[in-house]
Amino acid sequence: MAAQPAGLTELAADMKSMDRRERSEALIDFADQFEEVPSSVATRPFPEQNRAPHCESEAFVFVTDNPDGTIKLHFAVENPQGLSAKAWAAILDETASGRPLEEVAAIDPHAILDLFGSDLSMGKGLGLTGMLQLVHHEARKRLAARTH
Amino acid sequence: MSVATDLSTRGYVHADVLVDTDWVAAHLNDPKVRIVESNEDPLLFTSNHIPGSVEVDWARDLNDQVRRDYLDKASFDKVMSRLGISKDTTVVFYGDKNNWWACYAFWVFQLFGHTNAKVMDGGRLKWEKEQRPMTREVKSYPAGLYAAPDRDDRKIRIFRDEVRKHADANKPMVDVRSPAEFSGEKTHMPEYPQEGVLRGGHIPGAKSVPWARAINPEDGSFKTAAELKAIYEGEIGLKSSDDVVAYCRIGERSSHTWFVLTYLLGYPNVRNYDGSWTEWGNSVGLPIEKG
Repeated sequence: MAAQPAGLTELAADMKSMDRRERSEALIDFADQFEEVPSSVATRPFPEQNRAPHCESEAFVFVTDNPDGTIKLHFAVENPQGLSAKAWAAILDETASGRPLEEVAAIDPHAILDLFGSDLSMGKGLGLTGMLQLVHHEARKRLAARTH
Repeated sequence: MSVATDLSTRGYVHADVLVDTDWVAAHLNDPKVRIVESNEDPLLFTSNHIPGSVEVDWARDLNDQVRRDYLDKASFDKVMSRLGISKDTTVVFYGDKNNWWACYAFWVFQLFGHTNAKVMDGGRLKWEKEQRPMTREVKSYPAGLYAAPDRDDRKIRIFRDEVRKHADANKPMVDVRSPAEFSGEKTHMPEYPQEGVLRGGHIPGAKSVPWARAINPEDGSFKTAAELKAIYEGEIGLKSSDDVVAYCRIGERSSHTWFVLTYLLGYPNVRNYDGSWTEWGNSVGLPIEKG
């Protein structure tokens, strides 16, 4: 079974060792890097099927296919103060876009806790997990199509 | 709906518990004032905040880290010392979500008798909408010496067994959760996940007034006393002489209603049931009403 993208594993390990303030600053840096899904991929109103379940920041997940069979992840976060969702979206894009589908499908939800720490409320944790669920779904759908 | 901007014209019984954004802007460098931000989102303060403000995190700073309870006197003293707050410091709370968590922090501070405390009307939303300065610079203050009295849970906090007696005596209770939570249709807030409550509904006899009805959504400011009376007295029949219990899911939203009833409408006997629905809805054998 494939491991999750190495970049995500390394980042999660780095952030797990940070204190609360360092971690918050790192996450905000990621949130600052967040880029909304381009209009060539999706426009408002975004389809409900792309809405991440349980995400109070109203995150949407989109995927486009790269010529090499990998995928590029795109996100929208409707809540302008949805910093955690934006940070997670930027991290997923940076570490999982362009990686083999097997690795994307193997992203461990525990990485969310390693990245965001114990301060993450259950609500936010489930919202971020909901974003990952959609990413998993898209990767696994494509993997399944290859075997048929 | 128009928003009355001058706090003194809104008819509050204890209007001095609120300050407006102008007041805060004029006291940013006042050594006798400490601006305290308290949010639901732990990243928000780090992303930016009012210059000179400090953060109180509701989970890390206000709660016991093992038991389900608030911090004790020794821990409170440490928090106050870390924030450079002394007994005569005027603490001004503000935060996200219409001052929801700011009122929660205010309520916990009252358990330790820090009465020299205020809330910035409109909270973070109003400050941002007015395009006032924000910074990422975190200011630290010289540690102070703070000696709080022991936490006093008697006047503004109530526990499950007392709530049962309160309900059995048909005394007024305000359920400040969403209508769907009150009716039992949902066991969680809209857009929030289920957090482990086994039964839906409300405490028998409780009346529903969602907490955010006390707020003008356009700028997060509190409604006028007349508007608040129309809700709490006109709609559910509360009187200022009532012994009132407010509850929600864990006591945070209801601390906002506690603040409104206690200070803005001047009710002297309001208690917050912080066990709230996550305790009541999970307890074996307690009565529940639905609908």
